[in-house]
Amino acid sequence: MELVCPAGNYPMLKAAVDSGADAVYIGFKDDTNARHFAGLNFNDGTAAKAVRYAHDRGRKVFVAINTYPQPAGWERWQRAVDAAADLGVDALIIADIGVLAYAAEHHPELPRHLSVQGSATNVEALRFYQQQFGIRRAVIPRVLSLAQVQQLAQQAPVELEVFGFGSLCVMVEGRCLLSSYATGESPNTSGACSPASAVRWEETPQGLESRLNGVLIDRYQEGDAVGYPVVCKGRFTVAGSTYHAIEEPTSLNTLELLPQLQQAGIVAIKIEGRQRSVAYVGKVAQVWRDAIDSCARNPAGFAPQSQWMEALASVSEGTQTTLGAYHRPWQ
Amino acid sequence: MQLSLGPILYFWERDTIEQFYEQMIDSPVEVIYLGETVCHKRRSFKPAEWIELARQLGTRGKQIILSTLALIEAGSELGGVKRLCSNGELLVEANDIGAVQLLSERKLPFVGGATLNIYNAQALKHLLGMGLRRWVMPIELSRDALADILEDARKLAIDDELETEVFSFGHMPLAYSARCFTALHHNLPKDDCQLKCRDYPEGLAMHSQEDEEFFTLNGIQTQSGNIQHLLPHWRTLAELGVDFMRISPQPEHTLEVVQRYHQALTADAGTSISELLSSPPCDGYWLNKPGKDIIARA
Repeated sequence: MELVCPAGNYPMLKAAVDSGADAVYIGFKDDTNARHFAGLNFNDGTAAKAVRYAHDRGRKVFVAINTYPQPAGWERWQRAVDAAADLGVDALIIADIGVLAYAAEHHPELPRHLSVQGSATNVEALRFYQQQFGIRRAVIPRVLSLAQVQQLAQQAPVELEVFGFGSLCVMVEGRCLLSSYATGESPNTSGACSPASAVRWEETPQGLESRLNGVLIDRYQEGDAVGYPVVCKGRFTVAGSTYHAIEEPTSLNTLELLPQLQQAGIVAIKIEGRQRSVAYVGKVAQVWRDAIDSCARNPAGFAPQSQWMEALASVSEGTQTTLGAYHRPWQ
Repeated sequence: MQLSLGPILYFWERDTIEQFYEQMIDSPVEVIYLGETVCHKRRSFKPAEWIELARQLGTRGKQIILSTLALIEAGSELGGVKRLCSNGELLVEANDIGAVQLLSERKLPFVGGATLNIYNAQALKHLLGMGLRRWVMPIELSRDALADILEDARKLAIDDELETEVFSFGHMPLAYSARCFTALHHNLPKDDCQLKCRDYPEGLAMHSQEDEEFFTLNGIQTQSGNIQHLLPHWRTLAELGVDFMRISPQPEHTLEVVQRYHQALTADAGTSISELLSSPPCDGYWLNKPGKDIIARA
């Protein structure tokens, strides 16, 4: 299985490559990708350096152009596709049908992966993208159970890549507008969920409060673990009780499922977190490299080592991890 | 400008559904979308029964369209969608690309639902080539984006064949999940949800800790807390070339809402319907603001 790691800048890309990533995915410095954050991502110069660094060491670079362009920005997405092709990257990661059509027509030789933002959760959807745009691979949303992943892999006309580790989206990617409902910006339109510009923190007599465009997302007392106010991860009140009504701030960690994923024929494991640090990607890539190699050598005897799990827990959001939808009872 | 009635997004009892459509079939909507779009486990009507109901209603003067699940994971879910796509006569609204694949294989025309994520004219053009006849604009897009998309559609010479629909009234469907938030509220796993959403015919309101209505939990779907209400903007929609304003069924006052929309569109009546609203109105998305914002007076 291929290990696909995130890089939000050149030092992260080097750390990912040096720690064992087979492929690194990056984005350009604009809203053409789903991690459009200040200070993050690559311009043409750093992207060229990144491609050189990875290719010199026999690794691949994928470019995420995985938001949904509206007409006013269409040319920016075209330019991103052309620029990535000029850089000689190894694949484009695309969600939008218009962008897929453009890439397939103008750069047919450049492999296309369907982004997780393309929301393909069933075999008919995969067939659509394969037949229409010749996609080679699809990244599947974090909503499928392990049994559903296994079944999909049996029938899929393309390679499948699944998320292994990182922040957890509880909603089907590409189909979540909660952030734009609250702030006006969403992953689809702006490449951002719960953008930092909409976040306010305030100490009050009731506790520390986090707000998203004015809406109270959570309120913390002394000793509570404090988390970034992602729109779906606060404590809200439903029928008189106040709790994490949608999702708790936890991270996805599927390390223990590696043998089953390998057996199912999953070709790649994706690590989330282009917005995280050099240390994060180095540590996570190292653990997953060791785990994937260990699983490949001896799948039957594979067991997650405690030092792997501790290392991953130390960089997890909310410092807790979950199997997410892979684990049926979580659903 | 015509009115359409979206699919019922909540889990209602069979009798309630039958009575509802009996009422709506004589209302001023021109189009009725029928079917379960949220959760396959809701079985007041099975797919074959939706088709049967649609056929019966189809003889009574309105365009009846079958609407498919927005999130298709399990084989049984895909089976239900296939059943609707091979109904043999009625038009289908595809709410997932998987349904587009099934319909285009059968060389059938289709309506593209809001969750197909058509954000530009290039995507429209591609889907038109596959049988798209009408599209529902993504919920989060604005007036300006729609104007641009339709302008690009004219430049691509694809606007003649195309009908445009906009979600205009109701709690907006905003997200779909692996988790069932209604089951979670009752501390039940999804596999043993005991169909709790049957107890919430208008969903389950989720408030901030300051009592601000934020979202509405509806099984695996999360809806807006506020109610989209675009009637005050109907002239702009009409000028842009929108063909249908969609009204989403709510348990109370849907017929009155339809009538008020119809009176405003045809007889220039007022657009205020505040006494019919169970939650605050909003129109932020349409005006390029956060979706929850209210700009025009309801």
